Amino acid sequence: MKRTLLSIALGAAVSVAAVTAASAGTLQDVKAKGFVQCGVSQGLPGFSNPDDKGNWTGIDVDLCRAVAAAIFGDANKVKFTPLSAKERFTALQSGEIDLLSRNTTWTATRDTALGLNFAGVNYYDGQGFMVRKSLGVTSAMQLNGAAICTNTGTTTELNVADFFRSHKMQYEVVAFEKADEVVKAYDEGRCDVYTTDRSGLAAQRLKLKNPDEHIVLPEIISKEPLGPVVRQGDDQWFDLVKWTLFAMVNAEELGVTSKNVDEMKKSNNPAIKRLRGVEGNFGENLGVSNAWAYNIIKQVGNYGESYDRNVGPKTPLGLARGLNALWNKGGIMYAPPIR
Amino acid sequence: MSAASEHAEAKVPLWNNPRVRALVSQTLLIAVLAWAFWTIFQNTVHNLEQRKIASGFGFLSTTAGFGINQVLFLEYTEASSYGKAFLAGLLNTLVLSFIGIIFATILGFIIGIMRLSHNWVISKLAAGYVEFFRNIPLLLQIFVWYNVVLKPLPGPRQSLEVAGVFINNRGVYSPKPLFTDAWWFVVFAFIAGLIGTWAVARWARKRQMETGQPFPVGWTALGLIIGLPLATYFIVSLVAGNPVHFDYPELKGFNYRGGMRIIPEFVAMLLALSIYTAAFIGEIVRAGIQAVSHGQTEAALALGLTRGQMLRLVVIPQAMRVIIPPLTSQYLNLTKNSSLAVAIAYPDLVAVGGTILNQTGQAIEIIGLWMLIYLSLSLATSAFMNWYNAKMRLVER
Repeated sequence: MKRTLLSIALGAAVSVAAVTAASAGTLQDVKAKGFVQCGVSQGLPGFSNPDDKGNWTGIDVDLCRAVAAAIFGDANKVKFTPLSAKERFTALQSGEIDLLSRNTTWTATRDTALGLNFAGVNYYDGQGFMVRKSLGVTSAMQLNGAAICTNTGTTTELNVADFFRSHKMQYEVVAFEKADEVVKAYDEGRCDVYTTDRSGLAAQRLKLKNPDEHIVLPEIISKEPLGPVVRQGDDQWFDLVKWTLFAMVNAEELGVTSKNVDEMKKSNNPAIKRLRGVEGNFGENLGVSNAWAYNIIKQVGNYGESYDRNVGPKTPLGLARGLNALWNKGGIMYAPPIR
Repeated sequence: MSAASEHAEAKVPLWNNPRVRALVSQTLLIAVLAWAFWTIFQNTVHNLEQRKIASGFGFLSTTAGFGINQVLFLEYTEASSYGKAFLAGLLNTLVLSFIGIIFATILGFIIGIMRLSHNWVISKLAAGYVEFFRNIPLLLQIFVWYNVVLKPLPGPRQSLEVAGVFINNRGVYSPKPLFTDAWWFVVFAFIAGLIGTWAVARWARKRQMETGQPFPVGWTALGLIIGLPLATYFIVSLVAGNPVHFDYPELKGFNYRGGMRIIPEFVAMLLALSIYTAAFIGEIVRAGIQAVSHGQTEAALALGLTRGQMLRLVVIPQAMRVIIPPLTSQYLNLTKNSSLAVAIAYPDLVAVGGTILNQTGQAIEIIGLWMLIYLSLSLATSAFMNWYNAKMRLVER
């Protein structure tokens, strides 16, 4: 018996010691295991949501697929891990997922103290309020004393506190762990107000009993740049995720879509040639094949296609491009050039 | 003879001496375990540093910046520190557990005694209660109670009013008593009543020991504890005016303001926890009472004790010895189960801690604090119940 205990203790100690030796090369690890483990939401239409067959769709999911396309030339080599707002950073920090693409706001604390890096912004959002039409409220400044339902562990919770504190208004926050619980509590009348990012309001509104009985107030009380997140200290992986997003934005700017990307091979535009991988070895510099951007565009599409397909005006969410339009079309979506 | 045995002992080589062997192997095991834990600790610290994740408890003094919808006994605002937010969560857990334990105990004793009833309907009702509530997962019950509490209630503008108490889906609002300084006389009268009762009970027991004459302690206690403060209250009211004023809740804007308020999340949690735990306590009470042998009751009745005296002096003291140890486990369970409150937005230790964990990203520290606090709470409850158990134990002369 003593011997067994001893060997167990020794074995545990050795395995613990072995963990220390594990490398930080996420790209090598991903290539070795053959898929990207991507952290997504537990179901937010338009961003990351499973359909009835279990296929994930959404603008955040597209980014995961684009990374897989860049590495493997196959956008389906992704496995998704649904995470609550509270679990998401721990999952990334501990290495349970390779990439977090879960409508996550880029903030200073998260970028520094949490040991994470934000690889760009794939959706510029802002926090808004939704109320019942029957309350007769037209502005967030009339919300003094209101009960507010929100998600715990989000920037939303902090923004609400800031907003009401700075306007010297009273409020009561009711914070749930799961987004569905928030929607349900608001729908049941536990709260006067439901607050989250405006894109989230548009998405969650679809889950209400009577979506038409609710309005989103005009005020936007915060900046919410949402983007993909990776661990600090692995520059190669950080670069790959960052340039995957940039490639999608650049493709839209150059007019390259999933439909015309094959014809574009003949294009004389040097920028398109570089994007297509005909000129230069940008892919190799990233540690993947030179057809990386071609694969992303062919299999996932450019940023505009992903936007229109998931959250654009023709989807149930019906979100106009607004800030997320390209920089030369009135928005702030901008990517450094591939050269 | 003794020299021979010494000689024999000396002949046994050191590695075959059972005492030395036991000592060496145990020391080795402890050393290896200590080394393993030390390695885990070092490894964690190293990995945190390597991944550039902040560590340490410095975050507890930085500004929290989020709101909590039930803060008791504390002045908490968004500008308060994470440490204070954590404390607010801890107090919410304590209050919920404490009231939950009281409710569960009362309900549990009623169910346990009902189950022993000779009335078929009552005993089957109690049996049904026990089987129903202890076999459904607690989390489900919490969700059900939350919906039961929320669904049928109207919004704040259509509140139900019962004698100055307003009930709506934002909670129960009652008038809040505000006390003037003269109220202290009433408080003192109450304390004096308690001390008086204790003295009378002591004297009565002594007298009964000496003379065999019983004294109606119950009625005296009632007079002293309730009558005395009540009389003081009326005298103070006549002399200095009513020492109690009420702050009434008023509908302002969206919700009621002022008064006292109980949030629906608390009500739902309290119902779920006490009803669930009462099912277990009911069984423990039944087992305890049934464990007292029938001979004891017969002997008590033969001695001429009344049924009440028999229960109070013979059955219950012996039943308690069987009841207390498993009852302690149920109290500990209830306290730990209160952490499920996070599911319905009751701001307990786990809910608030989770928010802090997310805002600061310091998972290891927060989880460490959680474990430490729940461990301390459980050990404190255990210590109290062990003390009570020792007090109730069979006194052997």
